[in-house]
Amino acid sequence: MAQKRAVSDQNITIGQQLVEDWSSDREAFKNVSWGKSMMWIFLLSDTFIFGTFLTGYMTVRMSTTVAWPNTSEVFALTIGGVELPLVLIAIMTFVLISSSGTMAMAVNMGYQRQAKKAAILMLITALLGASFVGMQAFEWTKLIHEGVRPWENPFGAPQFGAAFFMITGFHGLHVSVGVIFLVVVATKVLRGDYEKRGDYQIVEITGLYWHFVDLVWVFIFAFFYLW
Amino acid sequence: MTQAEKQVGAATEGQQHPIGLYLKIWTLLFILSALSYSVDFFQVQGLMRWSLIIIFMLLKAGLIVAVFMHMMWERFALMTLIILPPLVILVLVGFMVLEANYVHFLRLVFMSGAS
Repeated sequence: MAQKRAVSDQNITIGQQLVEDWSSDREAFKNVSWGKSMMWIFLLSDTFIFGTFLTGYMTVRMSTTVAWPNTSEVFALTIGGVELPLVLIAIMTFVLISSSGTMAMAVNMGYQRQAKKAAILMLITALLGASFVGMQAFEWTKLIHEGVRPWENPFGAPQFGAAFFMITGFHGLHVSVGVIFLVVVATKVLRGDYEKRGDYQIVEITGLYWHFVDLVWVFIFAFFYLW
Repeated sequence: MTQAEKQVGAATEGQQHPIGLYLKIWTLLFILSALSYSVDFFQVQGLMRWSLIIIFMLLKAGLIVAVFMHMMWERFALMTLIILPPLVILVLVGFMVLEANYVHFLRLVFMSGAS
C-alpha cells in the first residue's frame, strides 16, 4: 500500500497530492471517522477563540476604574407592568437548551435509520436556533437604541459595549451558521442521500457543532450575564 | 464486557444510547439553568454568587460534553485531545489577572479624577 502510494505520487501534481492526503480517509483515532475527528479539532480551535474572548473581557472588566454596568438591570424587561431582571437572556438560555435536546434526539433517530423523524427533529432544532438569533437581534436593537456603543454606554464602564458586541455577536454568528448547517443536512436526510450510503454519522457531526454552540452559551451566560 | 469493549461496540455501531437518558439529561439541564437564573433573580451576592455561578456552569458544561456530545463513550485518546489543551487557557487567565490588577493600580494612581 505504502509503495503503491509512493509510485502514484510521482504522477500527480502537488495540488492533487494535497487534496488526496486530506481526503484519504485515514483515521488517527481508532473507530472515530476522520469527519468526526475533524469536527472535534475544529471545535477545539473554536474553544480557544471563545476562551481568549472571555479572557479579554475579564481583563478589561478587572482593569477599569469605572463601575461595570449592572447586567441584571441592563437586560431587564418590563412584562405586564413587572420588571423582570435578565428575563430575555433566561428565555434564550432555555430555548438553546431545548434545541440541544431535540438535536440529541435527531442523532438518535438517525442511527435508528428513521430518516424522517431525524430530519424533522433537526428542523425543529434549526427553528429554535433561528428564534434564538431573533431574540438576540431584539436585544441588540434595544441596547443600541439605549445608546450602547463599542466605545461608550450610559450605564458605566465604556468597555462593556465592546465586550458585549464582540462576544454575543461572534456567538450569534455561530448559531446562524449552525442553523444553515442544520437545514442543509436535514434536507439531505429527507432526500435520502444518507440512506443510499447507509451512514447517518453526519447527523452526529452536525450535532457536535450544535451542542458546542450551546456549550459556549453556558459560559457566556455565566461570565458575561450573571457575573 | 470490559470498558474497552464497550467503547469499541459503541463506536462501531455509532453512538446509540437510550432516549430516556437524553430526556433525563435534558431535564437536569433545565433545572440547572433555572437554578443559575434564580441566583440573579434572588440577587445572591458576593462569594456565594460567584461559587454558585461557577458550579452550575461546570455541571451544565460537563453534562453537555459527556452525554450530548458523547464524550463519555469515546476513546481515551480523543478525550485527552479535546479536554486537555483548553486547560492552558487558565495559564493565560492567570497572567491576565496579574496584568489587569497592575493596570487597575496604575489607573488609580495616575488617572484618578480624570476617570
